Amino acid sequence: MSRKEPISTGPDWTFELLEQYDQEIARIAKEKFKLDTYPNQIEVIRSDQMMDAYASVGMPVSYHHWTYGKKYVSTEKNYTRGRMGLAYEIVINSDPCIAYLMEENSMTMQALVIAHACYGHNSFFKGNYLFRTWTDAEAIIDYLVFAKNYIAECEERHGVEAVESILDSCHALMNYGVDRYQRPVPISAEKERARQKEREHYIQTHLNDLWRTIPDTHKQIDEPKRTNFPEEPQENILYFVEKSAPHLEPWQREVVRIVRKMAQYFYPQRQTQVMNEGWATFWHYTILNEMYDEGLVTEAFMMEFLTSHTNVVAQPEFDSPYYSGINPYALGFAMMTDIRRICEDPTEEDKRWFPEIAGGDWLETLHYAMKNYRDESFVEQYLSPTVIRKFRFFALEDNEFKSTIDVTAIHDDEGYRRVREVLSQQYNLSANEPDIQVHNVDIRGDRSLTLRHHQHNGRPLNDETTEVLKHLRRLWGYDVRLESLKGDQRSWTFATNE
Amino acid sequence: MPYIIDRRLNSKNKNTVNRQRFLRRYRKQIKKSVSEAIGRRSITDMDRGEDVSIPRDDVNEPVFGHGQGGERNFVLTGNKEFTTGDKIQRPPQSEGGGSGDGEASDSGEGDDEFVFQISQEEFLEFMFEDLALPNMVKRQLADSSEFKMVRAGYSEAGSPSQLNVVRSLKSAHARKIALGGKNRRRRKELRLELEALVDPLSDEQQSRKAEILAEIEILSRKLNAIPYIDEFDLKYNLTVKLPQPSPKAVMFCLMDVSGSMTEDIKDTAKRFFFLLYLFLKRNYEKIDLVFIRHHNTAAEVNEHDFFYSRETGGTVVSSALSLMDEVISERYPPSQWNIYAAQASDGDNWQGDTERCVELLNDKILPCVQHFSYIEIGKRPPQELWYSYKEIQGGIFSDRFDLKAVQDNSQIYPVFRQLFERGVK
Repeated sequence: MSRKEPISTGPDWTFELLEQYDQEIARIAKEKFKLDTYPNQIEVIRSDQMMDAYASVGMPVSYHHWTYGKKYVSTEKNYTRGRMGLAYEIVINSDPCIAYLMEENSMTMQALVIAHACYGHNSFFKGNYLFRTWTDAEAIIDYLVFAKNYIAECEERHGVEAVESILDSCHALMNYGVDRYQRPVPISAEKERARQKEREHYIQTHLNDLWRTIPDTHKQIDEPKRTNFPEEPQENILYFVEKSAPHLEPWQREVVRIVRKMAQYFYPQRQTQVMNEGWATFWHYTILNEMYDEGLVTEAFMMEFLTSHTNVVAQPEFDSPYYSGINPYALGFAMMTDIRRICEDPTEEDKRWFPEIAGGDWLETLHYAMKNYRDESFVEQYLSPTVIRKFRFFALEDNEFKSTIDVTAIHDDEGYRRVREVLSQQYNLSANEPDIQVHNVDIRGDRSLTLRHHQHNGRPLNDETTEVLKHLRRLWGYDVRLESLKGDQRSWTFATNE
Repeated sequence: MPYIIDRRLNSKNKNTVNRQRFLRRYRKQIKKSVSEAIGRRSITDMDRGEDVSIPRDDVNEPVFGHGQGGERNFVLTGNKEFTTGDKIQRPPQSEGGGSGDGEASDSGEGDDEFVFQISQEEFLEFMFEDLALPNMVKRQLADSSEFKMVRAGYSEAGSPSQLNVVRSLKSAHARKIALGGKNRRRRKELRLELEALVDPLSDEQQSRKAEILAEIEILSRKLNAIPYIDEFDLKYNLTVKLPQPSPKAVMFCLMDVSGSMTEDIKDTAKRFFFLLYLFLKRNYEKIDLVFIRHHNTAAEVNEHDFFYSRETGGTVVSSALSLMDEVISERYPPSQWNIYAAQASDGDNWQGDTERCVELLNDKILPCVQHFSYIEIGKRPPQELWYSYKEIQGGIFSDRFDLKAVQDNSQIYPVFRQLFERGVK
């Protein structure tokens, strides 16, 4: 291949250069590596704007809440004191896909970020099944604007504090505001506004039926035994609150709904951290190397790029003071690279472990993996002995009834499977978060709400449980109890009796 | 083709609202931090931002999660020495297990305090929250010798220099539409009709065409006759005079520098003066400072000499007060200046002098000042000066005279707050 001229040589970026780099990266990404993306919208911002974006968890528009202020002040302090750097980019799962670049970045970093965010993350958002199923990239910005305006309107009408307290309570239960199995209807701002009135009306009439207080004497006689309400346990606590809490005002229900929709929108991101970052990192690495091979970038560019790339995928060991869990960039990148290696250059071991992909087409295999897995299943399926050895993973068991912590597996033949299984479970949200569901409402009695927690491996709930229940009580309006079940045995009960 | 957008020019502080909500929510804790900081700080850096720390529990957002206990399996990286079946002693507190999914705490160090910084502006805001300068309103109304011009909408009359072009043309435009509406509509109709008449034309149509043309001619003349701009259209910016409180203030610092005043006492006094100065600075655009020190005679000195030069001798407080009175009548006419005074002393005074002090205050000084505060510093029981001042406080000038006893630096801020608490008096 004839070597082309480098696009630029200096460290400074300009808008023309950004465009040129983007063109080349797009060409390589699309033609060579078949990355299918939403259109890109690249926005250059200052560092304080980046902190803004941090504070609102990357949402380009968001309603006002003190917790965002809290995140902001803490980010600001750490940043100005030099305790932390800011991310080079933030990318938003929307159509068009919005990526923020910091103005402080050098040309090299901007190119890295464009490859990473605008083609890596972007294609992941568009391709991965979780995002396809659970989020509607086209409508999200509209919806965020709707939510922001709606909440601002509520604040005007009902006072900041009233809205804030509802939001506080909803945020406490945000992780329990998602449908895990049932696919939600895509959200769209326009429909949302149109249907909102209708919904208000419907729920209110529907509720009255449920909470009818005057006993119907005729009916009572032939009424069968007390029925359970809800009939089936409900995993989506916020949904249940929105639809059935007796005393919420219509606007309060709408606020609950907004928080619930946000939770649902972020749910796929929480389940695909390793894959998403691994995928994006793999592609910035591959694309920029390709550019180097074509002669589009200089050696100096590559040196700078490799330095920051190496930092991004650094994995401190467990006893290092810098250790803070497994770095999703490192693991994801290692696994993606390893899949390519298995396809291109399989060893005997690989052929035993991955007969179906060893020697196959790497690009197709990677695309397939990106589209059809989430962290948990991705690790379960693709974590190879090579990667386990590379990270020198070892599995531990911490049982409260033993005086020691036991090493259950290390990176050897007997251990690979166990390590893989345990690591996979580590990314299983339903094992990480306590399994808590709405169990029953005492409709005929004191209207108290009972939640049930099914313990996973006998793990108890944390100290904040009662606090969270108080938040739920605020939403529900009556006492809330939580029963923690070990097997079928009730082991603790939390309650909000006042 | 991607869009590349330069957002750098967008407004700053998108997060201001969130930040303020956060500060409001934790105002109690922040106030405490601020008041502690004031006691701790050296006087030269009193007015800068401050690190505020709040117990992490207070800012915590509770969520359901797993607690300690039960059985937990997890994977760590970087095995060096372990083999399958090894049993590791539980590290104390068992936090060393390090959950694999661990998230770095957002402060970078898992301490118990949530620490953040407030800006200088916010710091002062919290420092002087709920405090008010007494007698501001009264004085402002009494001496409205200064005015400020403020915009107050538009008027029909005014000087040409105040002409508002946009408004005037807007109104001219509206008038033209209103006056010409009927004729213009008619002309439009006629023109349409004219267009409908196409060759060849019958005689009747010919004559109709001539008629139309004539009428259009007339209408056009009428429409053109509507003036482009009329006197009636002219609109002027209206400005009104608002009485403006005098933005100038002078602050008198009076301090005893006799031998009995130790460095510690002076430092405490200095803190008080400085707080008062900061507070005044928030309320007035321009502040003059006058430093008067005294032992048995008084002198006006510069700031450095005021705080640092040592003097010895007896104590005659009235000397300072009469000097202050002189300075006021020479340089700071009370009709133009807001006058504040703070006096600090250890309470010593030459016996026969106290009476004269009270006289000076009552007759000369208090009638023309906004506020006069006296603080007595030291651990001794109150001296003679205190008791006679106490009487003034009970007198007719009680609204502008106050006195407090202070033992050391840490009490300065609380005392300052007491002196200027809003609405107490």
